[in-house]
Amino acid sequence: MLHIINKSPFENHTLDSCLRVALNEPGAALLLTEDAVYAASKGNVIESKIVDALGKVKVYALWPDIEARGMQDRVIEGIKMVDYGGFVDLVAEHSNCQSWL
Amino acid sequence: MTESTGGIDFEDEDASGVIKKFMFVNRKAPYGTIYALESLEVVLISAAFDQDVSLAFLDDGVYQIVKGQHTKAIAMKNFSPTYRALEGYDIEKLYVEKESLDQRGLTEDDLLVDVQVMSSAEMAKMMSEQDVVISF
Amino acid sequence: MKFAIMVNEGVYQHQSTDTAYQFVKAAFEKGHEVPRVFFYHDGVYNANSLTEPPQDDRNIVTRWAKLAQEHNIDMVVCVAAALRRGIKEENLAEGFRISGLGQLVEAGIQADRLVVFGD
Repeated sequence: MLHIINKSPFENHTLDSCLRVALNEPGAALLLTEDAVYAASKGNVIESKIVDALGKVKVYALWPDIEARGMQDRVIEGIKMVDYGGFVDLVAEHSNCQSWL
Repeated sequence: MTESTGGIDFEDEDASGVIKKFMFVNRKAPYGTIYALESLEVVLISAAFDQDVSLAFLDDGVYQIVKGQHTKAIAMKNFSPTYRALEGYDIEKLYVEKESLDQRGLTEDDLLVDVQVMSSAEMAKMMSEQDVVISF
Repeated sequence: MKFAIMVNEGVYQHQSTDTAYQFVKAAFEKGHEVPRVFFYHDGVYNANSLTEPPQDDRNIVTRWAKLAQEHNIDMVVCVAAALRRGIKEENLAEGFRISGLGQLVEAGIQADRLVVFGD
């Protein structure tokens, strides 16, 4: 299942909720979009959560949102970048998707 | 909830016989925003399509089904009794994540409707088995 | 593959409608189909013909209409959500139609994937 998150982890618990559920499923993938891409940046208090997630599931981030927010030089290693076409591919490749709004 | 059926054209009802697993994921508290109320309106409409419908309550979504809601003083409709009416629409799969209840100091006894309480791991499995997940 | 899209937020306030638009555009570029986009909650504001952004900004309303025309997308605005928020036939933008929530469930049944965009 593809889990889509669009909230900053610094003002919202959505990432925690998503990880609590999604990390139980070996086939899960996480896609960080919009303000959630701040979770893809290193050197902050969230980093360890994402590094932990990377050991269990695939983590992707939407590159247009990374670039828009000036985070392109700070991305945590192991997170795969996708453009909107890649976003479409991820939805197609997984049997279903859940947007953590 | 009469307005929820406003405009629906029942001739549009899918007659192909396809039955999909639909899960409505509720993660937001009632009243503060309209998501919970409008989510319920979709759920009620979905009952007309003979699909395999379930509702999941996580995070603040568990507050939607907490007992003792009285909305008179805020002049908004108390829609919480509608959750008890879902059974009449053959919607009986109500799943609540235990961790969300625990975090909020709630137990199953605090809820106004019969639900199945499950762990995050069980919720993950349930979600991954769905065909369509509509989240609010 | 057939994608159904649900848009739950209005214009400009949240990025979600922009992301939805970019997703739909990319899906067509990849050769997929998007037969229906369903607008719910504040998403109904995407169909407000009275929307007038500054000239140097994107026009979210007409951008949807153009994409719908190019690819024959059925863009449906929920009637109950629309009436609550003052979206009616008289201010419904070109390319959209008002109908019931059944159209969302039907789209979920008929499409291979349903993707929700909101906040």
